[in-house]
Amino acid sequence: MAKGKITFEDIDQTVNVPAGTRIIEVSEKIGAGIIYGCREGDCGTCITHVTEGWNNLTEPSVLEEKVLKENMASRHDRLACQAQVLGDCKVKPA
Amino acid sequence: MNNQVDVSRHRHAVEFADGVYWIGALDPTLRTFDIILSTANGTSYNSYLVKGSEGVAVIDTVKENFSEEFFARLESEVDYSDIKYIVLNHLEPDHTGALPELMKRAPQAKLYISQRAISMLKALLKPASEVIEKNFDYTTVNTGDSIGLGDRTLSFLHTPFLHWPDTQCTYLEEEAVLFSGDVFGCHYCDKRLFNDLVGDFRFSFDYYYAHIMRPFKNHVMDALKLIEPLKIKQIAPTHGPILRERPRRYVTHYRELSTSSLSREIVNDDKTLIIFYMSSYGNTARMAEEISEGASEFDSVRVSLYDLEGGETDPFVDLIEEADALLFGSPTINGDAVKPVWDLLSSLVVINLKGKLGGAFGSFGWSGEAVRMIEDRMRGLKMKIPQEGLRVKLIPDEDELETCRLFGRQIARKLTGKKEDKGVIDFADLG
Ligand SMILES: Cc1cc2nc3c(=O)[nH]c(=O)nc-3n(C[C@H](O)[C@H](O)[C@H](O)COP(=O)(O)O)c2cc1C
Ligand code: FES
Ligand SMILES: [Fe+2]
Ligand SMILES: [Fe+2]
Repeated sequence: MAKGKITFEDIDQTVNVPAGTRIIEVSEKIGAGIIYGCREGDCGTCITHVTEGWNNLTEPSVLEEKVLKENMASRHDRLACQAQVLGDCKVKPA
Repeated sequence: MNNQVDVSRHRHAVEFADGVYWIGALDPTLRTFDIILSTANGTSYNSYLVKGSEGVAVIDTVKENFSEEFFARLESEVDYSDIKYIVLNHLEPDHTGALPELMKRAPQAKLYISQRAISMLKALLKPASEVIEKNFDYTTVNTGDSIGLGDRTLSFLHTPFLHWPDTQCTYLEEEAVLFSGDVFGCHYCDKRLFNDLVGDFRFSFDYYYAHIMRPFKNHVMDALKLIEPLKIKQIAPTHGPILRERPRRYVTHYRELSTSSLSREIVNDDKTLIIFYMSSYGNTARMAEEISEGASEFDSVRVSLYDLEGGETDPFVDLIEEADALLFGSPTINGDAVKPVWDLLSSLVVINLKGKLGGAFGSFGWSGEAVRMIEDRMRGLKMKIPQEGLRVKLIPDEDELETCRLFGRQIARKLTGKKEDKGVIDFADLG
């Protein structure tokens, strides 16, 4: 099965995950500093900055793009409750 | 200055700067606001009108059931057709209650809101959607943007999270009036309207800050950076007195309230760790002492140890706000942690705990649920729990006390940032 490595820079922890795992699933288990509200891609609470491996996450949906824009996210920000890991990447709370 | 103000006796607009009017409503009977706040004499919903040579702006409205009073005051000064702009500093219903009706009466008026307010505006107008479809015209504004009314200019300050994500302040340049929304507001109802005429409302001002703004201290600091450089003659908030007499004092007061007091005393980079515990037979207390001992081996970590049986927990909220790490110790009693621990943990909503380190420990008899429950609560408060809680069955022996000291050392090491190599963990191994 395809795997990816995601690093949470705020707690300096790297986790091997099966491809397709959402960031939220991992970050909650290891206690990284990303916070969540609605958990369904609506509120923008979980905006997370991708510092490396932007292309190793699933493409944002139209809805996610909209929420990111409405919350004035910067380039390379994603919603941690939506983005799925496909390969190696590094993230930190926005 | 108008020294005999009594807005309860009439329903006109009250002018307090050239072409600037209060058109709000008093709510003297309200005792509980937004479930979480109490008031001593009610509150007010302040709405404002700014008249320029080329039109009129309405800044915020009132709670829905006070619409009639608001419209009466508005009509005493202008026609609906004169209204060019409606500015909403945040979209909470206590200030947008009269908005759908105002949009019907002044269909030409354009709305000015912050970027983050769009989705809230749509949600608010759902019940009045026929209004939206016909004449829904809004513009989002940011710091530095301004709109003109001929000889009057309103400029905007983006001040998110004070106390809603969409909050902004609006500044009337020519008269140096800051329309600050809930910032600098308080739930205090006084028909005399102005800070130099009303009763002593300081308790109410501080109470409002403590419950509404304090959770967003960092955002308060950011907002003050925008507000402090302004020339300010009057502050016109959405609740409580208009601050026309020495308004700068209130800005300074916000700065003091949002500056950490400990950081003024700790000169170097010392970290603070607070250990709270409760203990009936002294077992959890023993653990607490040894954890404290272990953590104290690090010079740059200041450790404090407090027994929650001491009573009043209110003062601890201030300490916790400034601490870098918190440990809670509780025995398991009837399958739960003890009430003083929950009381303290539930009084922390007024502060921001995000990113602080947390941990739990306790002695237990047979099931030992308390530690895990406290950890879950801390996670819920967005704290980081870097190491699993420590449980000891009944009386800790010498080995277990050594484990307690180790626990203390580990948390202190995390605090000082001396990292150990964590390696890569596997998702499948996570619980
Ligand atoms: C002081 C205050 C704080 C709030 N905090 C949040 C929040 O953190 N997250 C959220 O989704 N909504 C928050 N809200 C919005 C309320 O959940 C929302 O207004 C809701 O519709 C109120 O429901 P009710 O009519 O049952 O009281 C807050 C509202 C107030 C007044
Ligand atoms: S948690 Fe609400 S958008 Fe992700
Ligand atoms: Fe509000
Ligand atoms: Fe309000």
